[in-house]
Amino acid sequence: MCKIRFHNTVSSTKMILYSLIVSGLFVASCQPEVVEVVKEVPVEKVVEVEKVVEVDSAPGSLVVYSGRSEKLVQPIIDQFAAASGIEVEVKYGKTAEMAAVLLEEGNNSPADVFWAQDPGGLGAVAEAGMFADLPADVLANVDSKFQSKNGNWVGVSGRARVIVYNTATIDPEKDLPSDLWGFVEPEWKGRLGWAPTNGSFQAMVTALRSTWGEDKTKEWLQGIMANDVGVYPKNTPQVAAAAAGEIDVGFVNHYYLHRFIAAEGENFKARNYFLTGGGPGSLVMVAGVGRIDTGANEDNAMKFINFLLSPVAQQYFAGQTYEYPLVEGVKIHRELTPIAELPKIDIDLSDLVDLQGTVDLLTEVGALE
Amino acid sequence: MIFFFRNTSPVKVVLWFTGALVASLLLLPIGYLLLRASEAGDSIWSILFSYRTARILLKTVYLAVAVTLGSALVAVPIAWLTVRTDLPMRRLWAILTTLPLVVPSYVGAYLFISVLGPRGILQQWLEPLGVKELPKLYGFPGAFLVLTLLSYPYILTTTRAALMRMNPVLEEASRNLGDGPWGTFWRITLPQLRPGLAAGGLLVALYVLRDFGAVSFMRYSTFTRVLYIQYQSSFDRTGAAVLALVLILLTLLVLFIEIRTRGRANYYGGHVGAVGNPIQIKLGHWRWPSLFFCAGIVVLSLVLPASILAYWLFREINITMSYSSLWMSAWNSLFASGLASGLVLLASIPVAWLSVRKKGRFAILLERISYSAFALPGIVVALALVFFGANYANPIYQTVYLLLFGYLIMFLPQAVGALRTSFLQISPSIEQAARTLGKNPLMVFRTITVPVSWSGIAAGIGLVFLTVMKELPITLILGPLGFSTLATSVWSAVEEAMFGAAAAPALLLILLSSVPMASIILRESLN
Repeated sequence: MCKIRFHNTVSSTKMILYSLIVSGLFVASCQPEVVEVVKEVPVEKVVEVEKVVEVDSAPGSLVVYSGRSEKLVQPIIDQFAAASGIEVEVKYGKTAEMAAVLLEEGNNSPADVFWAQDPGGLGAVAEAGMFADLPADVLANVDSKFQSKNGNWVGVSGRARVIVYNTATIDPEKDLPSDLWGFVEPEWKGRLGWAPTNGSFQAMVTALRSTWGEDKTKEWLQGIMANDVGVYPKNTPQVAAAAAGEIDVGFVNHYYLHRFIAAEGENFKARNYFLTGGGPGSLVMVAGVGRIDTGANEDNAMKFINFLLSPVAQQYFAGQTYEYPLVEGVKIHRELTPIAELPKIDIDLSDLVDLQGTVDLLTEVGALE
Repeated sequence: MIFFFRNTSPVKVVLWFTGALVASLLLLPIGYLLLRASEAGDSIWSILFSYRTARILLKTVYLAVAVTLGSALVAVPIAWLTVRTDLPMRRLWAILTTLPLVVPSYVGAYLFISVLGPRGILQQWLEPLGVKELPKLYGFPGAFLVLTLLSYPYILTTTRAALMRMNPVLEEASRNLGDGPWGTFWRITLPQLRPGLAAGGLLVALYVLRDFGAVSFMRYSTFTRVLYIQYQSSFDRTGAAVLALVLILLTLLVLFIEIRTRGRANYYGGHVGAVGNPIQIKLGHWRWPSLFFCAGIVVLSLVLPASILAYWLFREINITMSYSSLWMSAWNSLFASGLASGLVLLASIPVAWLSVRKKGRFAILLERISYSAFALPGIVVALALVFFGANYANPIYQTVYLLLFGYLIMFLPQAVGALRTSFLQISPSIEQAARTLGKNPLMVFRTITVPVSWSGIAAGIGLVFLTVMKELPITLILGPLGFSTLATSVWSAVEEAMFGAAAAPALLLILLSSVPMASIILRESLN
């Protein structure tokens, strides 16, 4: 068995020295023609990965703009590259920045595929008309809740909005309310945290607006702020703060907790809580992908998108990044609550387009300061 | 007038030509912002002209002023101690105290919160003593602390360079006339340091204006944070452009203050000879407090962050790490930073030289323009170059060349500031003498200007090197496809709460940065 790592750092820079180092690495390690890759996934069984994509004579190349982080997705991109023989070049950045880059590049964009962390970024690119329509058979893989209405982007993996709580001070059965509204009670004063600039949080607020209406959402935001909520720049410091006891409760995405536990062990003093009453507080958000219309490598882009929706890739997200697979029949991580057991929430992600309205509301109540 | 007294001098032509070229490059971001701002919708104007924005602007200015003063209070004593006194191990302190500049502000802020936060590591140590919670770090205190500790090296570097080149004659005279070391420092040394202090202070103030990482972790709203929210939440590039233009206006205000601080005096000695050896001051019983001060700053700004990183690394020592990609990132970091510091230095020479020796309107304008982009968050400069690169310069788009242009636009002021301070300390009469002895301008520059202003050149190279090492948005956006550096590896890991994976590249970043800094500082002490 031989593991191939594609350093696309190398292939693109056209620097002689780099290519020397790389060819050295290849010669020293193993022949690049070997395409068998075995991936171990710590779910219940080891999944043997067979060749997913046929290797043709000239596989060509593919340019991916990724708003998802290299640490999360490079391994699965490497698998795709190894299995298909396609030379994959990736540009990493934050989703909003990658979307802005795509919009600036316009028709001259070198990108074939945009893989974004949240629907907001996909929506901005879709609105500029830069995405091609995806074929119906691709879209059919995923619940229509998790794709664009126009069929120009599709969800790849999911994350749930949850409550992260400190295990020393909170007994989830007794102390935690069944829905978000419960946190406006004065007993939560000084004990809450949120990340109002975070994309997933704002999507949740957009969902609140569409289910509760503007007035009740505003009242909720003001109620939380009246409880002296701690403002964090994003999810991870909130999880850390909940474990340290700086806050008792934070509004976050579910998967960061599992990475903290993986790093710090089972003694990590925070856990997730799914609001039993349902509602937008347990919204499932997706990372998704779309094909750039002007991209030069249409076939490879479609191979890549199909690969991301294949059982292999879906299993990777379930096992390695603690996400929810969006394709039927893929086992989730044993620490997660199955998506089917989450409180039902009837919201299409493509309905959550009015981000500006959410930003305006957050600004109005003073949450963005 | 001295340097270019012959109208036909090819050197003059080259200088003005490069100067103009650099200036036009630097105008790219402004051109882009004007273009985008002209397309902005109505909503941005209501954001811009609101009570809230005005308050955030005031808070931003307040933080910038406070951090600049705080940095000066940290940096000037260290500069003076490591250049002018018999402080033990002063070269080591000189190296260590410049390194905090390489710590990315979001990493620094995260580390400070995990130690000094209300329920951080320090509180856990103090728990047995009954300390339930530390005073709030969030807000102004945290932002001030982190930004001061990470950006005082700007002032330190420019001030050290100025101290090293300062003509000792005045100080000797002051001592001979009966002033003590303190009197001499206040009455002679400090006023002479004005240009160096002003150059460094300018860099600190502008850095505070554009920082996003520290202020967002510390919950202090600055103008840059509002600008980021436009990109992040609304995907609104046109609104963000309007806000960025406001940042440029703020920059002009800061520049105006800097010109006032800088003064119009001459800073070179009256005589033509080379600078003699300055008096080394014996610290005596001030030795221990001085050592304690330097050590305290190094512990807070460098040892503390580095030990937490080391702790993360050892906690997860068995995590799978790809060493080959770590080395690749390290090589990319060194490669990009090395090339960038060379390029930026070359581009800064005409700008700094013209602004010191030619007092004309264009020379002044040129120097001002060179600072224009420095307060812009990296994302703005990067998007400007994406726009021009993808649409008008496709062959160099997503190549190392465009990446280097990005660094040039961002970091030119650092080199200009350092160089300018040094050039000011060279008496034109030395060069004049060399010219009358028949040397051509280029030889004068090579044999006199460069050696004499070496401390400024070294400071400029050092500053650019360290800041490129940690640079994130430009590297991510303008780098060739798949180009990863140590800074991007750290970011990618921290972003996903994989702290063990972030520790190795972060420590390597600090370690590798210390090598060129050490060689610069050891070399200057040989001179």
